[in-house]
Amino acid sequence: MSTGIETRRPKEAEMRPQLPIVDDDPATQRFRVHRSAMTSPHIHRAEIERIFTKSWLYVGHESEIPEPGDFVRRPVGGRPVFMVRGAKTGNVNVFHNTCTHRGALVCRQDSGNSKVFQCFYHAWTFDSEGQLKGVPDRDAYAGGVNFDELGLKRVARVESYRGFVFASFDPDIVDLPTYLAGAKDYIDLVVDGCGGSVEMVRGTNQYSFSANWKLLVENSFDGYHAESTHDTYFKYLVSIGTDLRGGVSGREVDLGNGHAVIEYSSPWGRPVAKWEPLFGEEARTEIERLRADLVARHGEKRAHAMTEVNRNLLIYPNLIINDIMAVTVRTLYPSAPDAVDVTAWALAPTDEPAPLRHRRLDSFLTFLGPGGFATPDDLEALESCQQGFASGGVEWNDISRGMGRVPMANDEEQMRVFWRRWQHQMGAAADLAGAQ
Amino acid sequence: MTAATVAVSRQQIEDFLYAEAELLDSWALDAWLQLFDEDAKYEVPSNDALDGDPAHDLMLIDDNHARLAARVERLNSRRAHREYPHSRTNHQVFNVRVEGSAEDISVTASFTVWRFRAGRSSCYVGRYRYRLRRTDDGFRIAAKRAELDMTDLRNVGDVAIIL
Repeated sequence: MSTGIETRRPKEAEMRPQLPIVDDDPATQRFRVHRSAMTSPHIHRAEIERIFTKSWLYVGHESEIPEPGDFVRRPVGGRPVFMVRGAKTGNVNVFHNTCTHRGALVCRQDSGNSKVFQCFYHAWTFDSEGQLKGVPDRDAYAGGVNFDELGLKRVARVESYRGFVFASFDPDIVDLPTYLAGAKDYIDLVVDGCGGSVEMVRGTNQYSFSANWKLLVENSFDGYHAESTHDTYFKYLVSIGTDLRGGVSGREVDLGNGHAVIEYSSPWGRPVAKWEPLFGEEARTEIERLRADLVARHGEKRAHAMTEVNRNLLIYPNLIINDIMAVTVRTLYPSAPDAVDVTAWALAPTDEPAPLRHRRLDSFLTFLGPGGFATPDDLEALESCQQGFASGGVEWNDISRGMGRVPMANDEEQMRVFWRRWQHQMGAAADLAGAQ
Repeated sequence: MTAATVAVSRQQIEDFLYAEAELLDSWALDAWLQLFDEDAKYEVPSNDALDGDPAHDLMLIDDNHARLAARVERLNSRRAHREYPHSRTNHQVFNVRVEGSAEDISVTASFTVWRFRAGRSSCYVGRYRYRLRRTDDGFRIAAKRAELDMTDLRNVGDVAIIL
C-alpha cells in the first residue's frame, strides 16, 4: 500500500559506491563500524556462512569427558553436535548429532556416559567411535546396509590445544596451532598459571540477551567501560576493604588472525595468586606459597604475568577466556542479528585444594555470571546499544580510541583487531550496498 | 525460649513467606534484609547443577550476609543499570511444606517469579528451600535457596532481581 510519500532512499542506496562496513582510516586516525553490521539480517546470514563455518570454534574441554564413553552435547555454530571420548581409541570425537538414517538426534542428553548412542526413532545404534553397530531388520535392504559408510558423521576437523577442543566445519582450514597464532602463548599462561592442568568446574551459565554478538565480543575486553558501567562493583570492593589505588592499567596485544588480548593490573584479587581482603587473612600464606611455586617453576617474570596480571583474551571469532578475579571461558553465538546465546564456565586447576577452589568460585561470583555484580549491567548496556541503533540518525559506531599511540588496556585496538579480521572474512558480503 | 516450644503451623510459615514476597515486590529491600540472620546464606545454583554446592560447583549466586547486604545496597542505587529503573515483580509461593523442629524449620515451596520491565516479561519457576528460625517476634531466615526449574536462563537473561 502506498503511503503517498515519495522516498528517495532506495535510489541513493543504489547510487552509493560499495563501501566496507569497517571504515579503517589511519590517515585521520579514525576507525568506524557501520551499525548495519549489528542489525542486518543479510549480514547475519553471511556471518554464519563466512565466519562460523570457516573458523575453528570451541566445542568443550577434554576435562569434561575424562572417561571412555563420557559425552557432552551442545550447539556449535548453531548446529547440534556432541563430543564423546571413544571407548576404543580414547580419542575425543565430535560428531554431527544426527542419525545417518532419517535425521533424528542420536545424543539426547546434555552429558553422561554411554557405550552406545541409539537413535530412538528406528533404533539404529552407533558406538562411541561413531561406527554403526545395529540396524533392525537389515534383511529388508536388498542392496545391503553399508555399515562403514553409515557411521556417525564427524565434524570436518577436530583438534585440541592444551585440553581446549575446537572443531571446524571447513575441511580446508589451517591447522589449529597455526590458526591460534599468538593466542597459544596466552592459553599457556592461563594453564601453566593453574599448575599445568585445568578442568571445567561443574555448573554452567547459559543465558541470552537481545543484542548483536559482536557487541559482547567488544565488551568482553573493553577496559574503557569498567569504571563507568561497573561503579557498583568497585564500590563493593571498597566495602570489603580492597585498595582501589593503582586502578586498572596495562596494554593491548594483537595476537594475529583476529585474536587479541588486553593484559593489565587491577585492584581486585586473583585466586592465583594475588591476595585481597575478600579471601580472608588465613588465605595470605597459601596464596604466597602458590606464587612462590610459580616463581620457582617459571621464573619471576613469567610468574608475575601469571599471578598479578589479568588477561581478557579473544580467540576469534567467539571464544573468550577471561583470567581475572577467576577464570571464565565463554562462547557467544548469534541466533539472530539482535540475539546472542552465551554459555560460560569456570576454569580451575585440576584437583585444586578445596579451600582454594571455594575462594575461586566465591571470587567468580562477585563480578561474573548472570547473578554477579557486573554481568547484568553489561547485558543492559549492550541491549541499550542495540535499541539505540534502531533509533537511526547515526550510522556509525566509533572505535578509534587509542589510535596513533601504543595501545593501552582501556583503548580499543583489540576491538579493531577483531573488526579487521571480521571485515577480511566477510569480504564483499560486508559492504554498505549489500547491507541495505 | 517459650516460643521455641510452640509447634509451627503451615499457615504461620505461609504468612511469613507472603510477607517476604510483599517486601520483595515493593522493593523494600532494607526491610527484607532484616529477615535474615547474621550467619544466613542466599543461594541460587546453576540450572544444570541444582544440587550444586558453592564449595566446589559454579553457582549463579552464593551470598553470605555481607554480600547479600552489598547486593541490596547495589539494587537500591541508581547505578545497578540492569535494575534501574526497577522491574515490576510478582513473587508467588505455592505448595508449601514444613518440616523440622520449631528451632530449626525446613521449608520447601514452589515459586513463580514474574518480572516485567520495559515492555518485556520473564518468568522464573522453581523451588525454594528455606531454613527458618523461630524467635520471639516471628521467624528469621537462616538460609534461602532458589532452585530453578528452567533448563537454562535463555528466556530470562540474568538473575539481577532477587528471587
